[in-house]
Amino acid sequence: MLRYALKRLLSLLISLAIASLVIFVVIEVAPGDPASFMLGINAQEDTLAALRAELGLDQTKVQRYLAWVGGMVQGDFGTSYQYRTPVAEMIGDRLWVSLPLALYALILSTLIAFPAGIFAASRRGKAGDIGVMGATQIGVAIPNFWFAMMLVLIFAINLRWFSAGGFAGWDSGAFAALKSLTLPAIALALPQAAILARVMRSALLDVLGEDFMRTARAKGLSRGQALRRHGLRNAMIPVLTILGLQFSFLLAGGIIIEQVFYLPGLGRLIFQSISARDLIVVESVTMLLVFAVIVVNFAVDLAYAAVDPRLRART
Amino acid sequence: MNRTLILGGALSALVVFAALVSFVWTPFEHTEMDIPAKLQPPNALHWFGTDHFGRDMFSMIMVGARTSIAVAVVAVGIGIGLGVPLGLWAAARQGGWVDEVIMRGNDLIFAFPSLVIAILITAIFGAGAVNAIIAIGIFNIPVFARVTRGGALPIWAREFIMAARVAGKGPARISIEHILPNIANLLIVQATIQFSLGILAEAALSYVGLGAQPPTPSWGRMLADAQTLVSIAPHMALVPGCAIIITVLGLNLLGDGLRDALDPRLRVARV
Amino acid sequence: MNLLEISNLSLSIHGAQILHDVSLNVRPGEVVAITGESGSGKSMTALAIMQLLPDGSEMTGGITFDGEDISQSNETRMCALRGDSIGMVFQEPMTALNPVQTIGAQVSETVRLHRPDLDATARTAEMLDRVGLAEISPGRYPHELSGGQRQRVVIAIAIACGPKLLIADEPTTALDVTTQAQILDLLVELARADGMGLLMITHDLAVVANMAHRIVVMQDGAVVETGDTAALLNAPEHPYTKALFAASAHQATLPDQTAQQPLLQVRGVVRDYLLPRTKLFSAAGTHRAVDSVSFDIPRGGRVGLVGESGCGKSTLTRAILGLEPVQAGEILLKGQPVFASGAPNLAVRRKMQVVFQDPYGSFNPRHRVSRLITEPFHLLETPPPDRADRIAEALTAVGLSPDDAQKYPHQFSGGQRQRLAIARALIIRPELIVFDEAVSALDVSVRAQILDLIADLCRQYDLTYLFISHDLSVVRGITDHVMVMQHGKIVEQGDTNDVFDAPKHAYTQTLIEAAPKLPRTGT
Repeated sequence: MLRYALKRLLSLLISLAIASLVIFVVIEVAPGDPASFMLGINAQEDTLAALRAELGLDQTKVQRYLAWVGGMVQGDFGTSYQYRTPVAEMIGDRLWVSLPLALYALILSTLIAFPAGIFAASRRGKAGDIGVMGATQIGVAIPNFWFAMMLVLIFAINLRWFSAGGFAGWDSGAFAALKSLTLPAIALALPQAAILARVMRSALLDVLGEDFMRTARAKGLSRGQALRRHGLRNAMIPVLTILGLQFSFLLAGGIIIEQVFYLPGLGRLIFQSISARDLIVVESVTMLLVFAVIVVNFAVDLAYAAVDPRLRART
Repeated sequence: MNRTLILGGALSALVVFAALVSFVWTPFEHTEMDIPAKLQPPNALHWFGTDHFGRDMFSMIMVGARTSIAVAVVAVGIGIGLGVPLGLWAAARQGGWVDEVIMRGNDLIFAFPSLVIAILITAIFGAGAVNAIIAIGIFNIPVFARVTRGGALPIWAREFIMAARVAGKGPARISIEHILPNIANLLIVQATIQFSLGILAEAALSYVGLGAQPPTPSWGRMLADAQTLVSIAPHMALVPGCAIIITVLGLNLLGDGLRDALDPRLRVARV
Repeated sequence: MNLLEISNLSLSIHGAQILHDVSLNVRPGEVVAITGESGSGKSMTALAIMQLLPDGSEMTGGITFDGEDISQSNETRMCALRGDSIGMVFQEPMTALNPVQTIGAQVSETVRLHRPDLDATARTAEMLDRVGLAEISPGRYPHELSGGQRQRVVIAIAIACGPKLLIADEPTTALDVTTQAQILDLLVELARADGMGLLMITHDLAVVANMAHRIVVMQDGAVVETGDTAALLNAPEHPYTKALFAASAHQATLPDQTAQQPLLQVRGVVRDYLLPRTKLFSAAGTHRAVDSVSFDIPRGGRVGLVGESGCGKSTLTRAILGLEPVQAGEILLKGQPVFASGAPNLAVRRKMQVVFQDPYGSFNPRHRVSRLITEPFHLLETPPPDRADRIAEALTAVGLSPDDAQKYPHQFSGGQRQRLAIARALIIRPELIVFDEAVSALDVSVRAQILDLIADLCRQYDLTYLFISHDLSVVRGITDHVMVMQHGKIVEQGDTNDVFDAPKHAYTQTLIEAAPKLPRTGT
């Protein structure tokens, strides 16, 4: 198990390194000079040169890459071209909105999808299954930001159970903060839950056809007992894969949802930085998002090994 | 022919039909503004109502369908064009370094959700439909590579492939002559799913302003426009939303129906 | 007093009639075998007893177990019976166990379910010991065990609560000959020691002859004949039974052959495989699949290669066909090496062809027969001008019609597909044909026909072939010379009859000992 974990960790580090290289290279290809963008087209050459030196743009690309990566490892994400403040600070607060939102949505999604998928698999072909399948077909087709708008219309504007937007802030207490994240999390979670429920159902149905399920029935286990004791754990393997991918989509989806709810998360920051050509911020936020995804995949890999003993045997 | 296939086919065909017809006819000129007629809910004259500039929503939906379909189709094309050969190659060289490299490359791209790729590209090259296509297309490549490889591997283990090897055929020839036809069904179904995901992705990108730019119409941008007015004129959000839902639903049903009709045992990836 | 009594059992699945009026019984301590070819309904009968039938099944008739009518029992009652009073063992040991649970947990689950009064851990250890797995820790996972060991675990699960009836559905079909013998002995011993009734389902008449008290012969969902083993084997009455026994004992008559020049020469061939690394920083180990193998096949020779799974025969076959490189040694066909400077020598390859085992997997389902059987033309430098004639010739030679060239593989039966496979092998008129378990997946009667076909083709075309099989009785009838392989080495070779009648090597002796033999009977 340890060998497996170490190999996965190595894989993670390599992925991070390559991802950082990709991001840096892509941004470097960017046409346009941030300094002239900031100072305007009529700026003097020596002012531009001074600004570039200040921003560190006069170093070679290799130097800048190493400085950036070296800084990130220490928690220093560089300095924003636009605001001249450390990027880490700018990201810090916003991260505390985007990450909890993604996690909240993931938990909701799982809580809805697992029972629905299990229910559908156990009632295969009957009314319950068809109902779940129909609901998920529609759920999968719903754009989450549109769903968010509808939720705002119904629950915030008409029913007034929630506020239409804004984030209460963690300082106001966990309950208030979570309440302001609830509608966004539901909007994110529901379409993903639909996908997850289908995967759960399909994984369970696949497992139900396996020989060892027949052995379980021959032992005297009822259908339900066989499903729960033998089927579920085997079905978790494909489900875990999807869960890992879901987190990355929830993180990305959250960025869009923020627009609907005016949440001060990474989304606003990133879109604004794009228009302002504040490439350091774009680089760092992208790196952070990718980092989160890679770490979650690492966790999923470890979870696989916990579930499936065959994986622990090989590295 | 099963019911899912018929229903899915009908819905998809409806949307494609609307997009095609929009080239020759729409009830109104979709860019024509008529401020006095603004924010009308659906009525006899404007079947889907009007937006905040008085433009006819029905026409906008029809023309917007072109954008959504075009982006999704080309993105799927990129995914298949590059992803399928990579997947075939990886499967033919299973266990070797080619396979390893392709799989790691896949994992790397998966670490960048398509939105993140779109952000990177638009940050550099500017927003627009072409860049949206590239972003979604890039993300489709590992999906098709993975599905192709997953479908090809069990076929490589079959005895008729060994027979082809005994007949002296090399891996490239075998991949094209034997493997590809046997995974065609899988790829068709996956393509319809990626198509539907492409529609959703394009809408999301347009919503945040990274997709097709004005004056090119887009359902996603219609939703962005609707946002502040949703309490006064809910139809502005409902109409494009339903258009997206119906299109995606239709494509998904088509994919499911095809899969059941072609081979119920197909394993399709729904990422 | 019958332990199990089935009377007039009829079964239909989604409207299709599967079983017609099946009746049989089993007494305590008795071993009853249901035998027949594929599609005869034997497995369905077993599943019907346990009420583990697929959806859409409708059953009529009576099933009485230990005096109780269980044909109409509800699921709760059946759950109580299954695993406790009636145990079942299935065919595929490799997939019969839950891969993510330890074997100990899977055995003790049965105990906890039905006998909470017993100490599950102790009982589990006792059962594993009983089935011969005393050295295997209950904390092991199924993937750490071999096929034979897994089947023993399945048996342990089935007998854990001391059932009165054990149903075994083809329990040894997927196992090696020597393992098969051990498992069968185990089953018979359990039945005898515990007074357990054993209902054994198998297509292998030799197995049946050696272990059953009574035989039930089924064909197309109905029982055609029942009787005591000895009586039935000596004097079968029903024509189907007679035909079945005849086919099982059938040996094709090969034409005589004269000694000739060596065609295939294998010299000191070594093939190593790299094993996957299990430690992060140590080098990968190697597994020697073929260890210095040398032999000759003369022109016109009919040589057999026998061995159990893992002995290296598949690897050797692939090396001979030029599909895999070898680490040492050489393989020559008519003096030309199969591999020349690292690449397969096509001029040599076109002189060899192969017939595989799986009639359902050896053809691309999307191609027509004409395209499928001409695939070997790819090896020729120029495609032959008389393609259609060659196709017709090949199809007629194997007993099919030239019109079949336009059909798809799924339109043929298993036996017919093997004929197509032979046609494909013959079409470029190779000098050597390798039959790789070519009749192993066929029913007994079809097998007899294919063996006859091979014998006929020998007469017509003076074939040279290498016949690989794990089934000793088949090899005996179709080869003149046989080689026995174990752990990558050829441990014995010689004239077929000599090796079979008087084996010299210990392993050969074990192999022949273990193979179930059909007693010579008056059929």
